[in-house]
Amino acid sequence: MIRDNGLASRLWRFAIWAVVALFVLNLLGVIIAVVVNSLSTRWLGTWLPLGWTTHWYVDAWREFQLTPVLIVTFEIVFAVVIISGLVGVTTAYALARRDFPGKRLMVLIFLLPLLLPPLTYGIPLATVLYRMGVGGTFWGVVLANLVPAIPFVVLVMIPFIEQIDPRIEQAARVFGAPTTSLFVRILLPLLLPGMLAALLLVLVRTLAMFELTFLTAGPTSQTLIVSLYYAVFASGVRASQSIDAMAVVYMVTTLFWLIIALQFVNPTQIVARAKQQPANP
Amino acid sequence: MSVAAAGASSPGPSFRKRLAARGMDGTTLLVLPGIVATLALFVYPFLYGVVDSLAPKEGPWFANYVKFFSEPFQYNTIFATLWLALPVTIINVLVAIPIAFRVRLMRRQRLLTTILVLPVTLGTVLVADGLLNYLGPRGWFNRTLMFFELIDHPLRLTNNYWGVFASLIITGFPFAFLLTLSYVSGIDPAIEQAAATLGAKARQRFMRIFLPLLAPGLIVTFCLAFVQAFSVFPSAVLLGAPSGPTRVIAIAAYQAAFEQYDHSMGAAIAIIMGLVQLAVILAVLSLRQVLYRGPAAGGKG
Repeated sequence: MIRDNGLASRLWRFAIWAVVALFVLNLLGVIIAVVVNSLSTRWLGTWLPLGWTTHWYVDAWREFQLTPVLIVTFEIVFAVVIISGLVGVTTAYALARRDFPGKRLMVLIFLLPLLLPPLTYGIPLATVLYRMGVGGTFWGVVLANLVPAIPFVVLVMIPFIEQIDPRIEQAARVFGAPTTSLFVRILLPLLLPGMLAALLLVLVRTLAMFELTFLTAGPTSQTLIVSLYYAVFASGVRASQSIDAMAVVYMVTTLFWLIIALQFVNPTQIVARAKQQPANP
Repeated sequence: MSVAAAGASSPGPSFRKRLAARGMDGTTLLVLPGIVATLALFVYPFLYGVVDSLAPKEGPWFANYVKFFSEPFQYNTIFATLWLALPVTIINVLVAIPIAFRVRLMRRQRLLTTILVLPVTLGTVLVADGLLNYLGPRGWFNRTLMFFELIDHPLRLTNNYWGVFASLIITGFPFAFLLTLSYVSGIDPAIEQAAATLGAKARQRFMRIFLPLLAPGLIVTFCLAFVQAFSVFPSAVLLGAPSGPTRVIAIAAYQAAFEQYDHSMGAAIAIIMGLVQLAVILAVLSLRQVLYRGPAAGGKG
């Protein structure tokens, strides 16, 4: 590492860290303000609320019917995780192990749903789903969420499978392993860390996926984030503390899984998707 | 699979073997579930949307597009969205570069990157909810500015342009930063050391070593950050003035498709949205050509 110690570069360094500090401070301020408001009896025009209470959580739980919403959210999320895991890993295995004509085009098709923002393709997708009669239902939401989830698993798993030596599988074949035990006893244990990381990321991304769920969800298939949107949208109707209590419930749910996911992946991987260079030493 | 048996009796390698030589065998068929799902759920709806947009409720096939571009209420959404997305993306990417260069040298990046990944993961709805309170007239932001006597009375920062702007910075900057960081840390530090050994100053090292190496990555970062900002929806509704200056194109598409139940018009606006994104991305990509040729031809970056 090279460091200049002139006055100008010191000022420059200071300015950069000041910007970072300011950003992090504001970011934490936004998040903490939600938490503080959800715990306050009354908070108007002071630095901190006048009193503290937890009754907004009870209220929010009842008003927004969070029990059914949470159940539906996890049913949807786990359905997406399981289906995208099964489909994505098998597809990634074929793409990693075989070189065939049209492979580049296929990878491009898998890349597009990840690069395009969901709203761009979400509106025609929702129209098709409603026309087929699954729009507004549980499976409609699952199908819509699979669109970014399957390519995500595929593109995360391809480099992971490529680094597993194919000779290990060949050796197992030589020793007479049938396909099932080759899969269960050789491939699955080797693939498990990569699958775990990919599927945890899918879980977090699906929990937070607003647009596609919003466009396809009906009254009984709303996930937590969509309910939160409607609550904020109609914010005059309920106490702001109650809405923020729900926001905290959403935050805790997402952060719980994010923290688990971060045990297996680097934070930059959440954004940088499939394009990962080898880990830094 | 069984189709391959047809060629087995003919002389020379069988059909199955010829296919296998080109990489097609049983294992290759494992791509089918993934590719079929993506074709059915992504490519087909997309094509359906294109056809649907050309079959308007009334009038000739191009009626939706004519309607969009003849009503200021509709076509102005393009400018409103660009007016939000372009400044935000430029700021996010430009600020991300120097910070990524500093953070690259940090030994314990993990804490910072974890904090920064929070808004990306939590999403715009939560950020919008938080900002409504934080930036509000009695929120901590205005109180702090008044405490330091930078302003006399609270600034109006929610339910207008600046609210959406702030939300796009809060979620967009970490996104741009983390992408840039992954590109910056991909550059071999030995290259910089070599340049420094040859006497290049910090500015020269940046302009003539890093920037050309980083240009492709920065272009990708810009494009991804731009399309994210351009399709802003929840925060433009919750934190902006959805019938006024922050009526972005996503709101127009949503309203057409789900409030006026004109899915044909909704598809048309979604396609216009995609085309504007594509136009900006192509413009940025062509800019790259200029940037890339500059130092190579002139010799003085």
